[in-house]
Amino acid sequence: MAKRSAPEVNAGSMADIAFLLLIFFLVTTTMEKDSGISRKLPPIEESEEDVIIRQRNIFTVLINGKDQLLVEDELMELKDLRAAAVEFLDNGASTNADGKSCDYCRGKKDTNSSDHPDKAIISLKNERETSYAQYISVQNELVGAYNDLRNRRALEIGPQRGFRDMNYLEMVKNAKDVKWSGNKTKLKEVIDQIKLEYPQKLSEVQEQ
Amino acid sequence: MSKFKKKKGGDLPAVNTASLPDIVFMLLFFFMVATVMRENTLKIENKLPSADQIEKLEKKDLVMYIYAGKPSSNYKKQMGTEARIQLNDNFAEVNEIAAFINAERATKREELIPFLTTSLKVDKDANMGLVGDIKQELRKVNALKINYAAIQGDVSKNKQ
Repeated sequence: MAKRSAPEVNAGSMADIAFLLLIFFLVTTTMEKDSGISRKLPPIEESEEDVIIRQRNIFTVLINGKDQLLVEDELMELKDLRAAAVEFLDNGASTNADGKSCDYCRGKKDTNSSDHPDKAIISLKNERETSYAQYISVQNELVGAYNDLRNRRALEIGPQRGFRDMNYLEMVKNAKDVKWSGNKTKLKEVIDQIKLEYPQKLSEVQEQ
Repeated sequence: MSKFKKKKGGDLPAVNTASLPDIVFMLLFFFMVATVMRENTLKIENKLPSADQIEKLEKKDLVMYIYAGKPSSNYKKQMGTEARIQLNDNFAEVNEIAAFINAERATKREELIPFLTTSLKVDKDANMGLVGDIKQELRKVNALKINYAAIQGDVSKNKQ
């Protein structure tokens, strides 16, 4: 007698089951990666003695309740802010705390503006009615000013250190990238040097 | 004569669907691998502002989320139209942030606590008063690393 073959399992509903799972995962998961502007808040303990900072080393940006910008006591449009901040940071009229002058600055060396990128502070003030969108726009332009300067510096010193045609943002990206083949310790040294030459000094205050 | 008999009727042969489960499983595995579980259900409007100098947040497990914005249409009746804070799945007051941060910290290993970042997901129509209050609260509990969540785009999009 011929051997009877085992009956085939009906797999018609497999697709339905798989679809059910697929839809579950589509609904309960997210794909977007979080991104944003990173900041560090100042610690709350107030130091007893006020550090004296010369007025010319502070670049004040005030955003009022109507989202208007007041930069160094003058009205300004958002699109002009980045250039003004770059000019202020890159001024380099005098020396830093160690008495070194800024030999990489290309600013006007105006004595009424900042002494050294190391001393230059951007103070961002806002009022309670300021809109969050405008605040982020301003933050973005100020971070952009720092990044512009750092990019320029990276293109200057990069080739001598073996990193040709790479701006600061690409350097940072490569340093984090596991697939990038290259000397990472050397790259990190360059990044740290640039960070030290143009430190990000941005203070945020809210006027009550 | 029956050799060339017309085929019966015009009915089409059934499409073979044997490979359908394979295709769907492939999609399923793709989504399982490429996505992460949603953490909170938003009860507020949350349109993030645009910015082009943004950094990506690595390590999703070391991020705490604080949402803020106007209550979405379902909750307008109970909560009003003023911008509110949302922690986890519920509306919260400013003074509940400290407890939230401490609870989040308790779930993480101690050596990772200094690396915790707070991501502020604030609606672009909110005003800075609320954000300032959140920042002040975060300073009180010494959660100083923050990230203003934004999406990639030109800042001119913020002006609408």
